[in-house]
Amino acid sequence: MHEFVEAFKFIGRNGAVPGEPNLPSLAHLALETLKVGAIGVGISLVIAVPIGLWLGHRHRGSFVAINLGNVGRALPSIVVLAIGDAFLGLGLTVVELALVILAVPPIITNAYYAIDSVDPDLVDAARGMGMGEREVLTRVELPLAVPGVFAGIRTAAVFVISTTTIASLAGFSGSLGDIIANETSYHFSGVLGAAICVAALAFAVEGTLALLQHILTPRGIRAGAGESAKASMGQLGASAAAQT
Amino acid sequence: MNMLATTGPVIPEYAKHSVSCVVHNHTFCWSWATSNWSSVLWPALRQHVYLVLIAVSIGFVLSMALALIAHRFRWFEQPTILVTTFLYTIPSLALFELLVAPVGANLYAAEIALVSYTLLVLFRNILTGLRAVPAEVLDAAEGMGMTRTQALLQVELPLALPAITAGLRIAVVTTIALATIVYTIYDAGLGVPIHIALGEGPFKTELICAAALTIGLAIVCDGLLVLTQRALTPWLRARSHGG
Amino acid sequence: MNIAADAHTEGPSSYVRAAELELREVSKRYPGQLIPAIEKLSFTVPAGEVCVLVGPSGSGKTTAMRLINRMIPISGGDILLGGRSVLDRNPRELRREIGYVIQQIGLFPHRTIEENIATVPRLLGWPKARIDARVAELWDLIGLRKDELSGRYPAQLSGGQRQRVGVARALAADPPLLLMDEPFGAIDPINRARLQDEFLRLQQQVRKTVVFVTHDIDEAIKIGDRIAILREGGDLAQYDTPAEILRSPADEFVAQFVGADRGIKRLSLIALEDLTLLVPDDSPRRDAPATPVPRVPLTMSGRDALSLLLTSRATHLLVVDDDGAVRGNVTVELLHRRLAEDGAAAGTSARAEPTAGGGTWVGAVSSDGLDGKRQAAEDVDGAAKARSGA
Repeated sequence: MHEFVEAFKFIGRNGAVPGEPNLPSLAHLALETLKVGAIGVGISLVIAVPIGLWLGHRHRGSFVAINLGNVGRALPSIVVLAIGDAFLGLGLTVVELALVILAVPPIITNAYYAIDSVDPDLVDAARGMGMGEREVLTRVELPLAVPGVFAGIRTAAVFVISTTTIASLAGFSGSLGDIIANETSYHFSGVLGAAICVAALAFAVEGTLALLQHILTPRGIRAGAGESAKASMGQLGASAAAQT
Repeated sequence: MNMLATTGPVIPEYAKHSVSCVVHNHTFCWSWATSNWSSVLWPALRQHVYLVLIAVSIGFVLSMALALIAHRFRWFEQPTILVTTFLYTIPSLALFELLVAPVGANLYAAEIALVSYTLLVLFRNILTGLRAVPAEVLDAAEGMGMTRTQALLQVELPLALPAITAGLRIAVVTTIALATIVYTIYDAGLGVPIHIALGEGPFKTELICAAALTIGLAIVCDGLLVLTQRALTPWLRARSHGG
Repeated sequence: MNIAADAHTEGPSSYVRAAELELREVSKRYPGQLIPAIEKLSFTVPAGEVCVLVGPSGSGKTTAMRLINRMIPISGGDILLGGRSVLDRNPRELRREIGYVIQQIGLFPHRTIEENIATVPRLLGWPKARIDARVAELWDLIGLRKDELSGRYPAQLSGGQRQRVGVARALAADPPLLLMDEPFGAIDPINRARLQDEFLRLQQQVRKTVVFVTHDIDEAIKIGDRIAILREGGDLAQYDTPAEILRSPADEFVAQFVGADRGIKRLSLIALEDLTLLVPDDSPRRDAPATPVPRVPLTMSGRDALSLLLTSRATHLLVVDDDGAVRGNVTVELLHRRLAEDGAAAGTSARAEPTAGGGTWVGAVSSDGLDGKRQAAEDVDGAAKARSGA
């Protein structure tokens, strides 16, 4: 296990490698990863959440929602990145494009199911009480859909971090993946150290989003919020069965 | 790694055509694909299939065991979900490298990582499937004198098949995608030609071939699982006539 | 007791295999509960009889039933099936020799009708040929059309059909005891009545020992050879034949449970063919009703006849047999008299008696000699034939 000791030393040195003074620091690369990832998730959110919510609210396009999820899962990160590199050249824009392509499907699918599975009796009761369509959406469906939507965002966020590091394999520089792809310079202790950081980053992001979800979830359903989030993950699985 | 540019075309008749296509890195050179099938593409595909097969099989057995335990002892579910979610959250590249330290840069590390990613989906789906069996069906099974094992094998698992296959489909597709990264620690899988191609330009034809094979594999496996499930669950196709 | 080896594949109607069931001071106490669910419950169900456990919710009737096949562990006392304690048996083996029908039926959705029915025989290891033969003969027994429904799955059946398959499944291994927990509770009233009739017909053929749980006293009266009325806490309030319970309820609780209309309920146990019908009077009457006198079948219950008499303007009903021949009359008075006769613990006999003023009165006479309405007898022989044919 002495590799781990070395790895932690590497982290402690902020990624400095003796004999290679011009390498970017660990902190810098971590921040870059976050930056790239955040942009990717941000754009994906803006695109995917409204679409998913709208489709789910109308209970239309379940075919799209399900199969988009399946298609998204079948696309390997490195393939998307490599094709982007081959045909468009791998700059930040192309990387972000790849991230969006990969992050949108799970967000749409989860957002769709989050709203689609809101108890129709509740919606019915709300309409019966005199709520207009917009009110039904904002007061009933959206609050109840928060856990499900967040499940999708969390999945996508972790996936985005993962893909950002993989981008370095395709030749992109600007993430912690640079270290992992460059064992020659950083040695295995560096690679391991970077891997630990990537994992830590992923947990940090996941944890922050979980906290955010907890804050944004209406108090009444918070007790079951954990269950709903888990349920929607399982739902993804079960829903795939529904289409057979 | 074999540098492609140094190998000439295998089929001399197409020498001029394929070399030109390859040299100019056109989008897709069919001749390259056919001539390099057995030397590059097929081995990679075969290795990829093995990687995925081993990972999903082990993952399935493990998840089934965990799910059966959680089905019997409710308290077991939460900790298992916690652990499998933890594993699932670690980005693939990182997990591979993290495993190299204790296990070494070999097939074992690759498989441990791939298996870890299947656990969450399979565990959750199997458990959901088992729990979805109606209580009265189990009561009848027990009341008629089935042992616990008989009830599990003859009643619960067959009825849980749809949920289980759904989980398998997700697990298989994600593992196929994840296995493209295995090459970073172990020289196998369709990630290898991708990596080679990336090192040469990137070489479009090889890239597209590998990409098409990966995605094609995912589609084929998904389709096979759907068909298998349909074949194994004839009662779901029989629609109620009522009356 | 190895039932399986003896159960055979010929028609079930020729085979009677039913065991006596005895509950001996049976108790069930759930841990942490002060009041036991069942306390020292004792009764015996003779072989081949239907015993209905009936009572309000919380009376422990389902609990008692589930103690018999050891789905719930017993706290005290013993249960003997065919003289042998169920506690000595391996629970799984025991259950394979007891038919089990529950309210939601619990058919296996993933198995066809035949496969569902064949469940216990397969568990018992019967050879395939024997299983197939047995399943084949059960189709008729439960009244389902094999040519229509063979190979279907439960989802393709109606509720009533499913319940029939459930009963067939319970009977498949020809068990000596049948446990039924509110089996018709989830069915609509019309089909429920039909299923109850089917069950009675079936029971006539197979003559199993049956423990039938219900909360519906009318169902209990209709179906049971004996009824065990349970109070809250599993306390046995009364255990007797339906007629006896209706005639003399043991206490206030039973009286309330059977209902204040128990007199009328008693009439539901009597069919017109059980009565000594009055000889029809063909002489023209001054107050002949404008509407024709209603004709009713011999099989109609006294209760339905009373209802018809009360709602129509007829003073009497003509009772006809299957061929349409008139067998006699029934009036409210006759029904009233019959109830009174039943009430007195006395036998009945038929004899012809000459009455003053001509005419012969033929009717049932009890030992304390009741005065009946005098009818002109047209044909003593014919009346006597009607009496002996009833």
